[in-house]
Amino acid sequence: MDSIAGTKSSLTWALHISVALLVIAWIVPTLGLFVSSFRTADQISSSGWWAALFPTEQTIQLRTASPDNQTRAEGLYIIEGNLFEVGSMPSGRISAWGTSARDVSAHAPGDTVDMGDDGRLTLEADGTYRLENDEEFAGRRGERVFVTVAILPEFTLDNYYQVLGPNNREGMAKAFFNTLTVTIPATIIPILVAAFAAYALAWMDFPGRALLIAAIVGLLVVPLQLALIPLLRLHNEIGIGKGYIGTWLAHTGFGMPLAIYLLRNYMVGLPREIIENAKVDGATDFQIFMKIVLPLSFPALASFAIFQFLWTWNDLLVALVFLIDATGETTVMTRQIVELLGTRGGNWEILATAAFVSIAVPLIVFFAMQRYLVRGLLAGSVK
Amino acid sequence: MHQALQGIVTILLGVGGCLAYFYLSNQFLDRVLFPAKGPNAGRNINRANMIRPWLFLFPALFVLGLYLAYPVVETLRLSLTERGGEFVGLQNYQQMLDEPKFWEALRNNFLWLLIVPAASTAFGLLAAQLTDRIPWGNIAKSLIFMPMAISFVGAAVIWKLVYDVRPLGQEQIGILNAILLALGKDEPVTFLTLPFWNNFFLMIVLIWIQTGFAMVILSAALRGIPEETVEAAIVDGANPFQIFFKIKVPQIMGTIVVVWTTITIVVLKIFDIVYAMTNGQWETQVLANYMYDKLFRANDWGVGSAAAMVIMLLVTPILVWNVYNARKEMR
Repeated sequence: MDSIAGTKSSLTWALHISVALLVIAWIVPTLGLFVSSFRTADQISSSGWWAALFPTEQTIQLRTASPDNQTRAEGLYIIEGNLFEVGSMPSGRISAWGTSARDVSAHAPGDTVDMGDDGRLTLEADGTYRLENDEEFAGRRGERVFVTVAILPEFTLDNYYQVLGPNNREGMAKAFFNTLTVTIPATIIPILVAAFAAYALAWMDFPGRALLIAAIVGLLVVPLQLALIPLLRLHNEIGIGKGYIGTWLAHTGFGMPLAIYLLRNYMVGLPREIIENAKVDGATDFQIFMKIVLPLSFPALASFAIFQFLWTWNDLLVALVFLIDATGETTVMTRQIVELLGTRGGNWEILATAAFVSIAVPLIVFFAMQRYLVRGLLAGSVK
Repeated sequence: MHQALQGIVTILLGVGGCLAYFYLSNQFLDRVLFPAKGPNAGRNINRANMIRPWLFLFPALFVLGLYLAYPVVETLRLSLTERGGEFVGLQNYQQMLDEPKFWEALRNNFLWLLIVPAASTAFGLLAAQLTDRIPWGNIAKSLIFMPMAISFVGAAVIWKLVYDVRPLGQEQIGILNAILLALGKDEPVTFLTLPFWNNFFLMIVLIWIQTGFAMVILSAALRGIPEETVEAAIVDGANPFQIFFKIKVPQIMGTIVVVWTTITIVVLKIFDIVYAMTNGQWETQVLANYMYDKLFRANDWGVGSAAAMVIMLLVTPILVWNVYNARKEMR
């Protein structure tokens, strides 16, 4: 296409713009959740998350310090300070201010306003003020001041502290460890088991091999929904009931066809000479596997490991059926979030933060290991 | 912290156990059962080599058989029995077919099957083609691919925020309603409770997740197209659209079918998104969620198994086709 004279520039622009639109459409939903997890409940319910990224103009009412704080100097009574220190108000740059509710933006920053008996007030853009009077200030409260401020985007880590901190009421911290307890063994054990099987199917000669491979390809698509009832019954009968062991076994079983398929496809492609030479030198299959095939298969092992990790980490159904018992001690994060959706559907600060905690780990793995993930996808789907 | 410790201990036990099994079983075979020395050394080595593949395969075959093959048979049996265990023929199926919720689930599943694979593949193809020739294509690809790593539950929360709706007059915090109102719509849309159309809003979540998958595979396929065919078309004066639809797409048709099929399998099993976002209310029921309802809410194992068998039935053509292809390739 590059070689067609004259068409390049206009098409290139259209191309860049379409890709940009596509990318924006794809990241905006996640961005919304991410931004919301750093906002307070008030902020979330009063404005859209996209507004949080930009400064907003707001008119708020503040007060000067009370007359108790006045000092005397050069025959004047003076109160000084910063307006934003008095209340626990968000700070920002003042663009206009006023002393009367009727005209809240009468004055510019730096102006001095004579308020008659109440003295003269000077207010700077950063909120520092000086109130002076010839007579002593009386009363209990400070002067009312209306300021129009550009409030800078404000973000907080409080939500994360609430969700993961020591007093997390939602049980997310525990669910996080439960998820890890499920995920790590359920990632490593199937790899090992599948690697041996894949080696046998790729490099060992025995009757029925082709049939076995066909069966595994068939099992690739068997929906795991079928396994739920029979295996729950079985788990109950043999006494492991609902718990980690059953979950690890289930994840191992459900991940196995893809693992064997991917690893076998990869191992078949290893150079025949290496394996045959090792055999001639008297190495057993076990030694060949451990010392030659396993190290050479690292890319395929890594790509399957990522799949299995993402799948077990993100799983909900297997955990619902095989793991979570009546005590709720073994709940995982996905389940915990569904629970929050039901009970605290409106509390976006908790919901967004909890969801983000649960997707953060897979996202880190994703961005760190993307290369292997892509390789695995390609090995599994395209020849 | 004892949980982390527990995890570590199990990993060590599990992995160590696996390794011990493979190592010790092979040692047993070579040293005790058929030692490669003595008068029968030659015969022993041959025998050991006949048994060894099965030692390697045993754990994998065991879990495959127990967790995937056996359940197919057992679920079929359960779908034909009553809770007590007596055979009731097709009664469970009859009961299921009489329920409007089942037909709603079936209808919705077909809608999902029609739309999600098609849309994901189309968007994936579009993204693959568009990002192919621009300098920041790889970054764009990563970002479109990213939802693949997000759980269906996480995605459900993400999109619930997108679809969020506030009464008229309040500030909208869902971006979609904010945009619609800014464009001049009179009142906010309650996306998730809008009968019939809410199905599509749930599908968007899965399309959003699967497009990256389609894009990665199709983009590799596009790269694999021989340059000469494209160059020949350019010389003949084809425009970019003709090149794409008449030269490139036909050449990667095989890959498109594979992508389509893979997403179809995902769609058939779709559960989490519906469970987390609407739980099948407001006419969004799907088969997997219907089955879950029967199993764990209504506690009706017979009808639940029957629903599982319907899912199996829908997957079977793909299963047969996969096996057929695999056997063809191996020859």
